[in-house]
Amino acid sequence: MSTGFLTPIDAFTVIDLIFMSMLVVVGIAIVRLKDLFAVVMLSGVYSLVSAAWFVSLDAVDVAFTEAAVGAGISTVLMLGAMLLTARQAAPSKPARHWVALIVVCATGAALLYATVDMPSFGDPLSAPNAYIGLEYLKRTGAETGVPNVVSAVLASYRGYDTFGETTVILTAGLGVILILGLGGPAIKRKKPAAKTKAAKADQSKILGAHHVVLRVVSKMMIPVIIIYGAYVQFHGDFGPGGGFQAGLIIASAIILYALIYGIDAAKEAVPPSLVRLGAALGVLIYGGVGVINLLLGGNFLEYNILNPTHPAHGQELGIMFVEIGVLVTVASVMLIIFYGFTSRQPDIKDKDW
Amino acid sequence: MSSGIEFWQYLTGHFNYIVVITLMMTGLYIVISTGNLVKKLVGLGVFQTAVFQLYITMGKVTGGQPPILEGVHESATGEATKTVAEHGEAAATTAATHGEKAVQATISIAKTMDDVLVDGVLYSNPLPHVLILTAIVVGVATLAVGLALVVRIRESYGTIEEDELQEANYQHAKGTLS
Amino acid sequence: MSALIASDILSLLPAWVLMHAAALLVVTPLLSGPIALILSRGRLAWVWALGISAITFALSLVLYAQVLEHGSIMYVFGNWAPPVGITYNIDALNVLVLLIVAGMGLLSLINGLPSVMQEIEPKDQAPFFAAYMLCLAGLMGVAITGDAFNVFVFLEISSISTYILVAMGASKDRRALTSSFNYLILGTIGATFFVIGLGLVYMATGTLNMADITVQLRENGDSRVIRAAFAFIVIGLGLKTAMFPLHTWLPGAYSYSPTMVGTFLASTATKVAFYAMVRFIFGVFSTGEPFDGALLELVLAPMAVAAMIICSVQALYQMDLRKLLAYSSVAQLGYMLLGLSMGTAAGLSAGLLHMFNHALMKGALFMGLGIFGLCYGVRRVPDLAGLGKTMPVTAAAFTVSGLSLIGMPLTAGFVSKYYLIIAALERGWWWAVAAILASSVLAIFYVWKMVEMMYLRETPRAKSRAKKAHPKAPLLALIPLLILAMANVWFFFDASLPKGLTDAAAAALLGGGAS
Repeated sequence: MSTGFLTPIDAFTVIDLIFMSMLVVVGIAIVRLKDLFAVVMLSGVYSLVSAAWFVSLDAVDVAFTEAAVGAGISTVLMLGAMLLTARQAAPSKPARHWVALIVVCATGAALLYATVDMPSFGDPLSAPNAYIGLEYLKRTGAETGVPNVVSAVLASYRGYDTFGETTVILTAGLGVILILGLGGPAIKRKKPAAKTKAAKADQSKILGAHHVVLRVVSKMMIPVIIIYGAYVQFHGDFGPGGGFQAGLIIASAIILYALIYGIDAAKEAVPPSLVRLGAALGVLIYGGVGVINLLLGGNFLEYNILNPTHPAHGQELGIMFVEIGVLVTVASVMLIIFYGFTSRQPDIKDKDW
Repeated sequence: MSSGIEFWQYLTGHFNYIVVITLMMTGLYIVISTGNLVKKLVGLGVFQTAVFQLYITMGKVTGGQPPILEGVHESATGEATKTVAEHGEAAATTAATHGEKAVQATISIAKTMDDVLVDGVLYSNPLPHVLILTAIVVGVATLAVGLALVVRIRESYGTIEEDELQEANYQHAKGTLS
Repeated sequence: MSALIASDILSLLPAWVLMHAAALLVVTPLLSGPIALILSRGRLAWVWALGISAITFALSLVLYAQVLEHGSIMYVFGNWAPPVGITYNIDALNVLVLLIVAGMGLLSLINGLPSVMQEIEPKDQAPFFAAYMLCLAGLMGVAITGDAFNVFVFLEISSISTYILVAMGASKDRRALTSSFNYLILGTIGATFFVIGLGLVYMATGTLNMADITVQLRENGDSRVIRAAFAFIVIGLGLKTAMFPLHTWLPGAYSYSPTMVGTFLASTATKVAFYAMVRFIFGVFSTGEPFDGALLELVLAPMAVAAMIICSVQALYQMDLRKLLAYSSVAQLGYMLLGLSMGTAAGLSAGLLHMFNHALMKGALFMGLGIFGLCYGVRRVPDLAGLGKTMPVTAAAFTVSGLSLIGMPLTAGFVSKYYLIIAALERGWWWAVAAILASSVLAIFYVWKMVEMMYLRETPRAKSRAKKAHPKAPLLALIPLLILAMANVWFFFDASLPKGLTDAAAAALLGGGAS
């Protein structure tokens, strides 16, 4: 693409350069820091900057997900795990550094060696951009009627991958159930008024247990968050969004509820057994759509068969249902993970923070 | 002089890859060099995110728009259905004739700038985005399982430093020997 | 003749099943996982998993029959013709791996019930079987797919469920946790390398369909991007295959996992990764012949030999029985890699045949150990003392499989080693023949160590024994072991089933065997 000696540098290039240098700085800081809290927070920053860069690279769906997962869920998970484990990383042995350095240099050299033959940045005629990717852009409108090509490819053209992806989420849920457990149902279900002193003291540790503002605001926020989740779910055909992002948002609403009203209140509202059922159900909904296609005489995940006269409508219907499957599994598994981690006793005392 | 120009062109066309590779190696370095299990997982996250960036920068088209088609949902029914029906038949025959190699004559590779426009609009490549959405999900699933393991390791060993864990396992093995 | 029988069987089945057998083979276990989770009763989940595994095995036989009849099969998901959609492409090589995975999945599940009931807490049993079914589905998904990125997705389904299953051994031994974590880190690095490789392939070809990648590579020719992609994919899959020296996760994962998981993994997981490696090296990248050849000969072959020798020696020094078998597994993977690195149809066929036989012998050995462990709490070599008398049937089956591991005549292990030696001689690799023989001698020593203990040592005092719930081997656990032990003998006398498949696979990939 670049023709002259000095390629004109536009605003986008400047923005990209800023993001990239931020990423490098954050990456190096993570290498050097020993304080796990700082490391975890910086990894959240790293994800957030990545997400911002993805927006500038036109990957809006990916940016949305990276922000929700990398800066949101992952950071929260790591903070939770840190709370249960340790605050500081021990300095590692010099031998490790040398091994790491050798591996990294060899790998990096192999990749740099390859860059010479790589297509230039932004080249619309490069092999990846001029073949199948372009084909999706050309077909999606007519064949599925879904304007967001990413949603269409995700749920239909490569819908089988996404079925696998939903199963991966379920597997993570299974992992947390098996490794950490769900911590049983809500403990003081019978008499919420008759709390022991210890339980009360415990309660006061929960963020904002006596904080009226938090309680009131969250009561107003939670329904809004859930509605926003539904919007992200059903607007995923037209703009960035979809079952995965919506699932994260809805789960975060319930997690917010748990943070303010206590884990037992959350478990009463959304019992662990229900969450466990939901995780399985989502995958079954997704697979069920495929099985229905089979029974109607089509191939697995052939949504056209759902509406023989208007295949594009069949596509829309199929995509909607599988996205619901994704939503159910993702929201449930996020809660499984949350319940799993909160069922363990913290190891770091409050005074250490 | 000409080699200087070439190098500059290489650099402007590939600086994104170079940065992404640097980030990947940073992540990989963290994974291998640290003995702290939580930090290892952070490193793994940095490594994977850099790979996501590799895919996404690959799919960027200069001057392109995000791959959300303009003005589709109104016109998606009329002439659209016909093409689908035709395509459906073609695909059915492909599936029916078992044992034949993939039929891909219908897809051509774009050669000129006119070929890459879709209804006159230039879009970025959606396929890397789809692949990376899947990869992000796989990444967070791995992270959840990894952290769950870290919590359990801490509960049964009292540490999350790899060297101390190895030492404990070694002592245990020695204990069973005697 | 077998093709005739195959078409007879096929004509009995409804057309719908035949049409969708490929999809059903993976989708059935995949959907049975969440259902097992809902069932939430251990034994019920086991019965359910057993039924599904049986159906899965039957479906893999259907695919075998179909491949015999048609040569190769394609299934198109969502009816989106490739390369736009995801396809399953099944030929002899896929069927070979599918038969191994489905067959061993079924047998380990039958064999595993008593040990799972003993080792896994009741409330965890249903999710445990759910994870097992997902692992099975993931492995089959890798072994069947014709889409490169789909390999990654299913590889991760199987890997993540494997990490979980391995960690479930923590109730017996906490080292299961560190082993699982170690496996998770290395496995994820491997998967990420694989994804980098795929990204580079996509960068150079613009497509993800395996057949289409080959077509595009042929048109576009060699480039640095492709070379790097090749290296990353081989290393990534090498980590998952436990290719020496990337095998450090394997001994821990095999030996501290629950008994049933150890049996299943030892006979399937690395085979599937090995299959993927074969598929990528000889299938997807089949056009890059010259530099592949150099890489195979200069990098993979020495690693294979090193694995065969070094890990056999390590096995010799192990006192922990499952670790002994685990190191032996890495050594045996060396044989398979050696066959692959020859780059000839004969070598590849022999390597694949060894993969099949190794699944039989290692599966049987781990099952035998499982039964010993269940009845007498056996973990270490001295614990075996006198078991030849107290548990004659199990010990006999164990010994037969051990002989097969050495490669004694009258066992299947002999056949594959024989073909491997022939292939090495054809290639003029005398050093490889020497390595095979040396490694076999080492195998004699470490197998003898166990056999001697079982038959020539006296039973120790009874009070240290028989504290376990099962005074004698449960029939359920014994039957799969006996089936495998008999298979180890059967495939010496008639290796036509696996040999037919491996020859067809090698011929399809390298084109040499057909002429």
